[in-house]
Amino acid sequence: MTALLLLHLLAAVLAPLLVRWWGRAAFGVLALVPAAAFAWLVGRLGTVTGGGEVRETTSWVPSLDLTLSFRLDALSLTLAALVTGVGALVLLYCTRYVEPGAEGTGRLAGNLTGFAGAMLGLVVADDLLLLYVFWELTTVLSFLLIGGNGSRLAARRAASQALVLTTSGGLAMFAGLLLLGNASGTWLLSELVADPGTGPAVTAGTLLVLAGAVTKSALVPFHFWLPAAMEAPTPVSAYLHAAAMVKAGVYLVARLAPGLSDVPGWRPLLLGLGLATMLVGGWRALRQTDLKLLLAFGTVSQLGFLLVLVGAGSRELAAAGLAMTVAHALFKSTLFLSVGVVDHATGTRDLRRLSGLGRQLPVLATAATLAAASMAGLPPLLGFVGKEAAFTALWEGGLPDRTAAALELAGLVLGSVLTAAYSARFLWGAFARKPGVEPVADLHRPGPLLLTAPVLLALTGLAAGPLSPQLDELVTRYADTLPLRAPEAEHLGLWHGWQPALALSAVSLLGGLALFAVRGPFGRLQQRLAVGSSADEGYWNVVQGLDRLAVAVTGTTQRGSLPAYLGTILVVVLALPGTVLLTRAPWPDEWRAWDTPVQALVGAVVVIAAVLALRIRQRLSAVLVVGVTGYGVAVLFALQGAPDLALTQFLVETLTLVTFVLVLRKLPKDIAERHRPRERAARGVIAVAVGALMGAVGAVALAARTATPVSTGFPAEAYRYGGGQNVVNVTLVDIRAWDTIGEISLLVVAATGVASLVFLRRRPGGVERADAGRLAGSAARRGRRAPRRRWLSASATLDPLRRSVVLEVITRLLFHPILVFSVFLLFSGHNEPGGGFAGGLVAGLALVLRYLAGGRYELGEAARVDPGLLLGAGLLIAGGTGVAGLLAGGDVLQSAIWRGTFPVLGEVKLVTSLFFDVGVYLIVVGLVLDVLRSLGAELDRQEEQDAADGDDDTGDETDHDTDDDTDHDDRTDDDATAPAEVSAR
Amino acid sequence: MTPTIVLPVLIGGLYAAGVYLLLDRSLTRVLLGFLLLGNATNLLLLSTGGARGLAPILGYAEPDEMSDPLPQALILTAIVITFGITAFVLAMIHRSWRLSRQENVGTDEEDRRVAARSGTDADELDPDDLAPEDRPAGHADGLRGEPQAPSDDVELPRAGLR
Repeated sequence: MTALLLLHLLAAVLAPLLVRWWGRAAFGVLALVPAAAFAWLVGRLGTVTGGGEVRETTSWVPSLDLTLSFRLDALSLTLAALVTGVGALVLLYCTRYVEPGAEGTGRLAGNLTGFAGAMLGLVVADDLLLLYVFWELTTVLSFLLIGGNGSRLAARRAASQALVLTTSGGLAMFAGLLLLGNASGTWLLSELVADPGTGPAVTAGTLLVLAGAVTKSALVPFHFWLPAAMEAPTPVSAYLHAAAMVKAGVYLVARLAPGLSDVPGWRPLLLGLGLATMLVGGWRALRQTDLKLLLAFGTVSQLGFLLVLVGAGSRELAAAGLAMTVAHALFKSTLFLSVGVVDHATGTRDLRRLSGLGRQLPVLATAATLAAASMAGLPPLLGFVGKEAAFTALWEGGLPDRTAAALELAGLVLGSVLTAAYSARFLWGAFARKPGVEPVADLHRPGPLLLTAPVLLALTGLAAGPLSPQLDELVTRYADTLPLRAPEAEHLGLWHGWQPALALSAVSLLGGLALFAVRGPFGRLQQRLAVGSSADEGYWNVVQGLDRLAVAVTGTTQRGSLPAYLGTILVVVLALPGTVLLTRAPWPDEWRAWDTPVQALVGAVVVIAAVLALRIRQRLSAVLVVGVTGYGVAVLFALQGAPDLALTQFLVETLTLVTFVLVLRKLPKDIAERHRPRERAARGVIAVAVGALMGAVGAVALAARTATPVSTGFPAEAYRYGGGQNVVNVTLVDIRAWDTIGEISLLVVAATGVASLVFLRRRPGGVERADAGRLAGSAARRGRRAPRRRWLSASATLDPLRRSVVLEVITRLLFHPILVFSVFLLFSGHNEPGGGFAGGLVAGLALVLRYLAGGRYELGEAARVDPGLLLGAGLLIAGGTGVAGLLAGGDVLQSAIWRGTFPVLGEVKLVTSLFFDVGVYLIVVGLVLDVLRSLGAELDRQEEQDAADGDDDTGDETDHDTDDDTDHDDRTDDDATAPAEVSAR
Repeated sequence: MTPTIVLPVLIGGLYAAGVYLLLDRSLTRVLLGFLLLGNATNLLLLSTGGARGLAPILGYAEPDEMSDPLPQALILTAIVITFGITAFVLAMIHRSWRLSRQENVGTDEEDRRVAARSGTDADELDPDDLAPEDRPAGHADGLRGEPQAPSDDVELPRAGLR
């Protein structure tokens, strides 16, 4: 079974390709897949009728109790044979139905084949959750098939309506399955049915599952999606909305009935809704003039009938139900396919325009007549056998409650009268000669291949009647799992003697014909009784109500002010964690003033700086005092015994200051006050309250600890497994390396974000380097001689007024030592303070120095590589290390330690996590370089450009950028020799 | 473990200042507030690691003398990420300035438009307003292609089966 399902999946994936190669003939090849499944199922017939079953189990997610477990018993086999048999014929039908070269054929083929697979999986799945997966797969594929290529509004609406209704039922069913699985302690359908347990959970679970079945099988009041779904192409309607998908609800009810039919609510729900659906569907079918809609309402009616039978929970009705399911699949798919042929041949499905088609298409008319006769319950067809069995069963009892049985019987007979009437209406509408209606003139005559499927299906329905004793063997296997209510078990067959059921069948048929004969007056009666509204309108009203609610909620909550949103969030923080803290938190009994007096001193400085930051409106000064808090915190880190943190914080604080200066140089000096005093007061209150809360959190957090910290074992593990002595560094690159992977990815994203905000469209692939021409040109432009000897290669491009020889000399002297130091930090970080983060930041500072001293061309000289390349390489190396751990036979990101003796170097110990740290290093350098190139060099360039363009800088930004791009292209061409041509992004 | 007075006071002060700046409309002030909050949070994390100890480096200190390495590892990456975010927000400030010569987070016009919308605006989907061929098939018995004649009005030919 697994192999068959995989085959369907493969075929579905390949289908678009096959259609591209062979056109619509590809459907013929695809039909072989369900046909193969059908053949396999027929091969299992002996086993199953002999009382055996076929099981297959593959483990899927053991920790979640998810298994791919399949089971083939009599019920599954019957449904699976229908699904695959009809599926194969429908696909065959498509080879002629689909117009050659029509758009979207590949999609149709793929979806249809995939649907066949999903439906097969649904009826053979034995695992509750697996069943749900297939269930929703069919829903999604149905959505895609109804919606088609999405170009027609009606199709889109029908598709989304079907999706919304069936998935909401499906979600209820999912909850129900979980309840049932938990209550019964098993996730296998077969075991659940055998012993479902009792109690409110089982009742609730059962009713929720029924909600899924009721929506999927289009029972009242959810029936309206099915007629709307007739927007789909006819083969899809024939397959999904007659033979297969809508039968999923029938299947599920039949599957669960042996175990759950005595759950309170089961019978009233299914018997009541089923009967109502049968009558409503039949009534509405008689009012349709579109043949396809007539059939759709007929299907609704029949589904109600089927659910009454399989939901009754008695042996004899279940047998009738299963036989009727087979009959319905056969005759309804025949009829739908016939309508497709009619549509294909005449271009209309409107029974008011069709006339005399029976003479013109005798083969089709015969097949359709056989099917309609089966639908009406005419002997010797299978429909008659099924209906007769149902009548017999109800006449003899069939339900625990005799009154209910009598009522049901009366209802079903009435429904059957309607069925017979709309069957006659269908035949008359499609094929009869109607006075006053011209026969269709230019008939597009169907080929034999188009007729194959309906004719075969109709003949099967014809043959199955006399052969029903053979079908009975299969049906009985399933029905025997249910209790018998009648005195003795009836078997399926054409002739049971002169019995009340025969009379009821005759009543249905004659009543139906009579109803058809008086169709004129009856139509007027229906018109008078017509209600002004429909379930569909109710649905749209609900949807619109939701829309209105959404607008109202959005309008109320989204006021469009960021401070208001943040304020709301903070007030909630105060209200919830704040209350808990006040009422429940264990306050410490004793306090210490400080760890060391220095801590208090530094703390005072930090607080003063923070308060100053509030008052200062001057941009750069405010940044500086915030920087002071940062440096102060670094000192506190050092005092607390965290040298790595102190080092990193110092470096980052410095880089942050530089970055601020780079951007803020473009902004006005002061920040204008835009808040009213009342707003400021509110902010102040919130701020003080949050501050107090967080301070309190800091105070109680230590005392509130109840468990031993996870990090107690870190030092020992760090050395033994991570091979390093710096526990913090080993934590980063080994113990918690997964976290670090996420964090460095975030850095890559941030760097990319910075670059894209500044460069907008794309960043130039090349690096802006100082070439000889530009140096000479800039010197010539300024009318000065370039210095014969330069400390920095590109500093001559700067305006002489902005050059500082001292800075250039210092940079020249320090740049390489700093780089060496950064590499030292990187390599020693495993055992001493340092590591990839610190090393990368130091290297970044070296680049900052070069940029500040020599300008943007100097930056290009210093780092002749695209920052994107650094970021990408870093991520690749870090990720690659993770994979290496896997290849070495360990877990992802597990470290391996190598020791070796080398000449000169002596004994060397190499830990693979060093490479991870190299990745971190590269990413941090890439980030800094990106910031410098974007916020430094590119902003310089924009400034020059603006100056060159004159004073209309506030004007059309887009034009500027277009100019910029061309400019870059030229420059890139000039720099074709630059090593990092490639843009990594 | 006994907490110090200095650290909670310091953390609270930094949080208060940070929140006040965060609620400003000027992006620069928001960013400064964000930095203060970052510092405060890092300190809070560190203080939950326990009292001060020696650097968590083997060979320099014994494991029981060490400060807790785990918060340190968390903080270390947080510091660097704060830098990345800072650079990003600065780029946004720059962009905002270049486009509109201001760096304020103004009121979101789109949000205001939604808020001002009356409920009935959502009814663009009402099937009754649609062209008949776009109505769902079962909708109030409206029939595709026959807008003037609902199915109930069909005048069927009187003759029976022929």
